[in-house]
Amino acid sequence: MISGTIFDIKRFAIHDGPGVRTTVFFKGCPLSCWACHNPEGQRPGSDLFLRDERCNACGDCLEVCQQAAISQSDAAVHVDRYRCDLCGACADACLRGALELAGRSVSVDEVIAEVERDVVYYDESGGGVTFSGGEPLFQPEFLEALLQESRKREISTVVDTSGYAPRSVLQDIADMVDHFLYDLKLADEARHREFTGVANCSILDNLNWLSEHGSSVMIRLPLLPEVNDDESNLSALGRFLSSLARLHPVDILPYHRTGADKYARLGRSYPFPQQRLPDADTIATAVQLLEQSGLTVTVRGETYAVE
Amino acid sequence: MPLSDRVRQLRDQSLNAPATLSAERAQLITQFYKQDIGTVSNPVRRALALQYLLERKHIFIGEGELIVGERGPSPKAAPTFPEICCHSLDDLNVLDSREKISFKVTDEVRDIFRNEIIPFWSGKSMRELIFEEMTDEWEAAYRAAVFTEFMEQRAPGHTVLDDKIYHKGFLDLKQDIAARRERLDYLNDPGAYAKQEQLKAMSICAYALIHYAGRYAQRAQRQAETEQDPRRKRELKRIADICTRVPAHPPRDFWEALQYYWFVHLGVITELNTWDSFNPGRLDQHLYPFYRTGLHEGTLTTDRARELLQCFWLKFNNHPAPPKVGVTAEESSTYTDFAQINTGGVKPDGSDAVNELTYLILDVVEEMRLLQPSSSIQLSKKNPDRFLRRAAKIIKTGFGQPSIFNADVIVQELIRQGKSVEDARNGGSSGCVEVGAFGKESYTLTGYFNMPKVFEITLNSGCDPRTGQLIGVATKDPATFDSFDQLMEAYRQQLAHFVDIKVRGNNVIERLWALHSPTPFLSLIIDDCIEKGMDYHDGGARYNTSYIQGVGLGTLTDAATAVKYHVFDERTMSMEELLTALRRDFEGYEDVRLTLLERTPKYGNDDDYADGVMRHLFEMYLAAVEGRRNTRGGIYHVNLLPTTVHIYFGSVVTATPDGRRAGEPLSEGVSPVQGADRHGPTAVLRSVAKMDHVRTGGTLLNQKLTPGLLDHEDGMSKFVNLVRSYFRMDGHHIQFNVVDAETLKAAQANPEKYRDLIVRVAGYSDYFCDLGKTLQDEIIARTEHQTF
Repeated sequence: MISGTIFDIKRFAIHDGPGVRTTVFFKGCPLSCWACHNPEGQRPGSDLFLRDERCNACGDCLEVCQQAAISQSDAAVHVDRYRCDLCGACADACLRGALELAGRSVSVDEVIAEVERDVVYYDESGGGVTFSGGEPLFQPEFLEALLQESRKREISTVVDTSGYAPRSVLQDIADMVDHFLYDLKLADEARHREFTGVANCSILDNLNWLSEHGSSVMIRLPLLPEVNDDESNLSALGRFLSSLARLHPVDILPYHRTGADKYARLGRSYPFPQQRLPDADTIATAVQLLEQSGLTVTVRGETYAVE
Repeated sequence: MPLSDRVRQLRDQSLNAPATLSAERAQLITQFYKQDIGTVSNPVRRALALQYLLERKHIFIGEGELIVGERGPSPKAAPTFPEICCHSLDDLNVLDSREKISFKVTDEVRDIFRNEIIPFWSGKSMRELIFEEMTDEWEAAYRAAVFTEFMEQRAPGHTVLDDKIYHKGFLDLKQDIAARRERLDYLNDPGAYAKQEQLKAMSICAYALIHYAGRYAQRAQRQAETEQDPRRKRELKRIADICTRVPAHPPRDFWEALQYYWFVHLGVITELNTWDSFNPGRLDQHLYPFYRTGLHEGTLTTDRARELLQCFWLKFNNHPAPPKVGVTAEESSTYTDFAQINTGGVKPDGSDAVNELTYLILDVVEEMRLLQPSSSIQLSKKNPDRFLRRAAKIIKTGFGQPSIFNADVIVQELIRQGKSVEDARNGGSSGCVEVGAFGKESYTLTGYFNMPKVFEITLNSGCDPRTGQLIGVATKDPATFDSFDQLMEAYRQQLAHFVDIKVRGNNVIERLWALHSPTPFLSLIIDDCIEKGMDYHDGGARYNTSYIQGVGLGTLTDAATAVKYHVFDERTMSMEELLTALRRDFEGYEDVRLTLLERTPKYGNDDDYADGVMRHLFEMYLAAVEGRRNTRGGIYHVNLLPTTVHIYFGSVVTATPDGRRAGEPLSEGVSPVQGADRHGPTAVLRSVAKMDHVRTGGTLLNQKLTPGLLDHEDGMSKFVNLVRSYFRMDGHHIQFNVVDAETLKAAQANPEKYRDLIVRVAGYSDYFCDLGKTLQDEIIARTEHQTF
């Protein structure tokens, strides 16, 4: 039985494609975007969350840690992330939920059983399952098996991806995906590399192929002031998108800081502490720039009304 | 649409008038019973008492009112019913001085109670009679709060009206009665004389209400004569005309129909202080012919219909629930009397019943924004989504109305109980969530039943741990059980024991009401009391149902699940260890408490382990209650609703194995334990739908949603999907509190700034700032299904 690593299954997901959906979050991502809001999705293995506000320094975790990776001060515990081997014993011992392991290995059957629970809601709403992450294409066999099983059960499928994957992976799954949510950030390769850690040529090529292939695709564009909101970037993206075989709608996702807390819980520093939030003008300008390329643009799934 | 000046003024008056306690009814009823009226039968005596009241009750026509008649002498003046339960001077002080839900009591009223009312009724009230007749074991269980008793201070009368008054005047009813009397068979029917007396009493009541309306006609005519404003003069003349016409004759138009209903409503709530919720039932169906004809003939406009409905709404809001006595006076935390006006559903032929008037009524609900009447929609799969969206837009404004019922499941529930298809389709929900065949059923709610308390008693071998007294069956020490089944068997025995006690008590109480306090007025309007010649309290209705309302299913489930999981399946702790932790209220056992709380399957998460236990417990409760016979020729069914009693019940239950500390509230309705559901609303609804709602007479599910969810069209669609899905799974009812926790916390800190904040409490809504802190905290804690 094929299995994979996920960090969450979220039911009543209502922003990850049409209708009421269940979103399966794959763990592991080849990108490391500055603005990542699910940093626990980046590494392929497990991660340990430590929520200081829930810890009352009871010391239960110290006793079970075989690596002596946990130390204690008056009000909180500290995890030595180099020593920690992510065995999860401390999280099991922590009844207050201050320590929690993100990431678990699950079989295709387990995931599908969970997904199937909400079939009545999918039927009623035209929803289904969304595979997100992390990067679902980063675990291709697992994804393919899940898509096959979903297909068998006539559950509609959405894949939420950065598009960074070998073409063959995309080719293998494209016909089993009803709808892609496809992230685009930057047109310029050097800046893309700086911001996400990888080059964007395969991302753009894959999108080109998907468009030609006839797949249903919605472009998702995280909007970050001073990173990708400039006219040259947005116009370049607009030109690229309007050059594809078909015109795909674009949904702008204004940057938010919900990822910052998660970085802290992972013991990592937030790569982007000074990033400001996009204001209404920034968003309106971005909408206009993209619309100039003949694209249909929404913001967080809604038509954007310029005030 | 903005309110008219008239409606705005009436609304302000209604909202600003302080609730007061009026001695009028108490004084009149006392005078009546003091008179020597000779030897008459009990039904006739009660009918004459009503006539006495209606002939003397103060007539009140407020400035600008279009619908007239008050329960008390003026808006928000609440009468009392000393023949049922007599307020002591202490009760009056509690009502007058308590912080929330007070009733102002003047010195004059106190004097009347001291000198006239208390001396006369002392030892004679129904309440005293009832308590006298109860057994020691009943009293022990009642004191331990295993159950409550609805009829100890309010009359049984839980019913709703159908469409008969829109076709028949009270003179027609009198004719029906006369014709029935003609057919009495004194030769062969030993009950003929009793029927004669009952029919005579109904006839007196019919006359009494016509006469009462006549007094309004006279007053309106007199006021019209001196009125300077020509417009108001015309209105008063019209009111005089209407009050001459109805209730004697069937209504001719929309206005007359509303006024007719209102007189009938006043008759019901003046005769007795019925539990609860008497209301017009399918208002959009009843009024639609008058609405359509009026518009067609040009005698009515939509605006006029709207204003009349708004004036009608205000009449309900003018009536706080009758002030309680004893411990209930201290604890009761609502002014509402559960009149729930519903819209939608299906017609008698099963087709979609939503019409233009349905939407107009929903406009009125939104524009009036009142606690009373409460409102609901009866949503059938046949109704358009537009209907549900319209309701959602009102829900979104955050005053907890309307609640949403599954019309198709209600029909199934009623048919299963033996109603005809037509009667079932003409029925619906009322009160909190209870189903009934409107105009044809006496469905008595007999009291709340504290299921977690029974489980606690099971864990203590039949003893109430708070007193050490043996009040249940002396079942074995749970530490000796080797399986969960043995524990469940002990629970089953305790359950049967207490349900026996409750039903035995009910059967006596029902007889006391039937014999000592018949209700000929209510009998007049509920089928088939005239045909049977029998009183509503005595089995006169076509259908006669009794309910025992189970409370705390979520707490019970999580408690039993925790024992099954930790003691028997996973063996993470022994029964002794668990029981010791419970006895010490987890003092020194924090790890045990956290394990129970955080490392245990919980109901409300679509977890088959916990939900399986829930189903088992639900079936046990059903088996314990369902099918027992009452004394009115009907049988018992269950429903699962708490109003606010889960707080009182929680206060008398010690620590439970779900990790709940002693005294904390129980779960409410069929909702999961507050905060235990952590997988979002689809999981909650799936869990709750695993019980068989069709075999209940109503379940209550509370869900809290933040306004953000309904902000956009897309969110609205998802809301519609959620409700439709729950109803596809045969859920009975769902209601939403659309507020965010931050707002509620702010309201708790600065109540003066949030006086208008209305939240859904249970089967009804209330002002958040009027709620006690425990209830406020609980509403804040109810899991928020926020999405981002």
